[in-house]
Amino acid sequence: MTQTPTSSATRTAPGAGTERAGQRSERRPAPAPLLRADHLVKEFPVAGSGGLVSRGRSFRAVDDVSLTVAPGETLALVGESGSGKSTTARLVARLLDPTSGSVTFDGEDVTALSGRALHAFRSEVQVVFQDPYSSLNPRHTVERIVTAPLVYQGRRPSGGSRAFTQALMERVGLDPMQWQRHPAQFSGGQAQRIGIARALAVGPRLVVCDEAVSALDVSVQAQIINLLRDLQREEGFSYLFIAHDLAVVRQIANRVAVMCGGRVVEEGDRDTVFESPRHEYTRTLLAAVPRIRPEWEAARRARATERAASTHPPHPAEGA
Amino acid sequence: MSATQRTDASAFLDVRDLTVSFPTSTGHTDVVSHLDLTLDAGGALGVVGESGSGKSLTSLAIMGLLPPSAKRAGRVLLGGDDLTAMSEPQLRRIRGDRVAMVFQDPLSSLNPYYTVGAQIEEAYCSHRRGVTRRQARTVAVAAMERVHIKDAARRVDDYPHQFSGGMRQRVMIAMALSTEPELLIADEPTTALDVTVQAQILDLLQEIRRDTGLALVLITHDLAVVSELAEQVVVMRRGECVERGPVEAIFSDPQHAYTRDLLDAVPRIDDEIAALRPVGATGGRA
Repeated sequence: MTQTPTSSATRTAPGAGTERAGQRSERRPAPAPLLRADHLVKEFPVAGSGGLVSRGRSFRAVDDVSLTVAPGETLALVGESGSGKSTTARLVARLLDPTSGSVTFDGEDVTALSGRALHAFRSEVQVVFQDPYSSLNPRHTVERIVTAPLVYQGRRPSGGSRAFTQALMERVGLDPMQWQRHPAQFSGGQAQRIGIARALAVGPRLVVCDEAVSALDVSVQAQIINLLRDLQREEGFSYLFIAHDLAVVRQIANRVAVMCGGRVVEEGDRDTVFESPRHEYTRTLLAAVPRIRPEWEAARRARATERAASTHPPHPAEGA
Repeated sequence: MSATQRTDASAFLDVRDLTVSFPTSTGHTDVVSHLDLTLDAGGALGVVGESGSGKSLTSLAIMGLLPPSAKRAGRVLLGGDDLTAMSEPQLRRIRGDRVAMVFQDPLSSLNPYYTVGAQIEEAYCSHRRGVTRRQARTVAVAAMERVHIKDAARRVDDYPHQFSGGMRQRVMIAMALSTEPELLIADEPTTALDVTVQAQILDLLQEIRRDTGLALVLITHDLAVVSELAEQVVVMRRGECVERGPVEAIFSDPQHAYTRDLLDAVPRIDDEIAALRPVGATGGRA
């Protein structure tokens, strides 16, 4: 991941961000957040009719977004396409530079980091993308993919490259004997596990999941959600979980921020947002989700319980 | 709507023993095998399954739109007429006229070089001999109004890129309905859409069914969408039907283990489940 500094992007005065951050923290009695985004703004130039360089016209994809993620917590960023959720994730992961605003990680302003300091930041924050086939190099083996973040930072895999890869594969539920295979030789769910293994390789404290389970079939999706939850329990890292699927968010988030038109319109504890949404847009969004009728669900669950009581444990795997 | 009563008293759409296979290095692989589907006139049938279950190929096989390498066996009866016995020109008359299709991605189904009006008119004219330009245009505008595109008389001259994703899907539906088909096959019609737009399109499909008595085959991976729109469901897995029945029966008392697992795997918006139980696995907890 090479950083491409866009000319006008890093306009934030390095000092300004920290100062503002300092003022903010006085009002927040909660434990110091692992990540804090303050007044993030990201504008993209809009191609005008004038030619290659647009004359000051720009589109504001992220408009004054502030959020925090506590250690070990999952903050879900939800919204429809074009709401700015993915751009926010990229700003936070320093894959994009904000037009203004600041990102603070573990008390340190990381908005303007570069060089070695940025490398160090990259071992704290990792990203899992939506499509594993396009985010994993198809010509590389699992071993090379998974160890790449370490190599990039000039670190050596503990216990040797192969053992390191195999241990990681085991942790994400892959067959360690397949360490020399290529992404195309895995199913979508398995390939996503490779993406997760790569994110874990450097021992991050924050994992940004950008629609990480959106492209998967429901059965596979359920497995990956379980895996993400288990890994968090074991490792204690935080997630910034970007998703458009509210039902998935309900399964994984502690807190939810709802984005619309580049802004966070509502933020709060997960159950509060889902059960008593305050903002009109959140209500619309929740009402639009197709649902299986609750009475059918209840009947099905009742029967499942009966069945479980009358027979032995659920049937074993039939293969994937 | 043309009458669908025929001498044959069986279902309006009757797919019998449908098998689709593709050649492989070692012979043939069945991607749909021995599938039976029935749908009454004006009914709504949901075909659900995960990727690779053969649900989309089933719809293409019904329409006779399979790629040349595919082999099809079995019969497809539409109002008593056997589509599998028809010649290509005969089939072409059925497709778009009596049976219309809507696909997942409206942008790739619309030609970017023509206005949406021209495309609706073309679809209409190809099935109605001797209509004038003006008549076709009236039909196009009416079809767009039918799917609640505001200011249709003006929008008819816009190009696909001037519409949002949801509006493009409305255009596709307008085009499909312009010839007043008896059956609409919708293959993942809302999958690419935002959830609020999806809700609008689902409402629109419901409304059209109610008003016109259109029969619907809805192909989707989304169980909740099926539960809202369909009356009958067929659950597919690896080319086979594992379970079928009325939506209420399937969703409240699934008989097959796969259907149960599939329903268990669906994340709920109403509450958090301790561990989602993945399909075909012994349990989610590590």
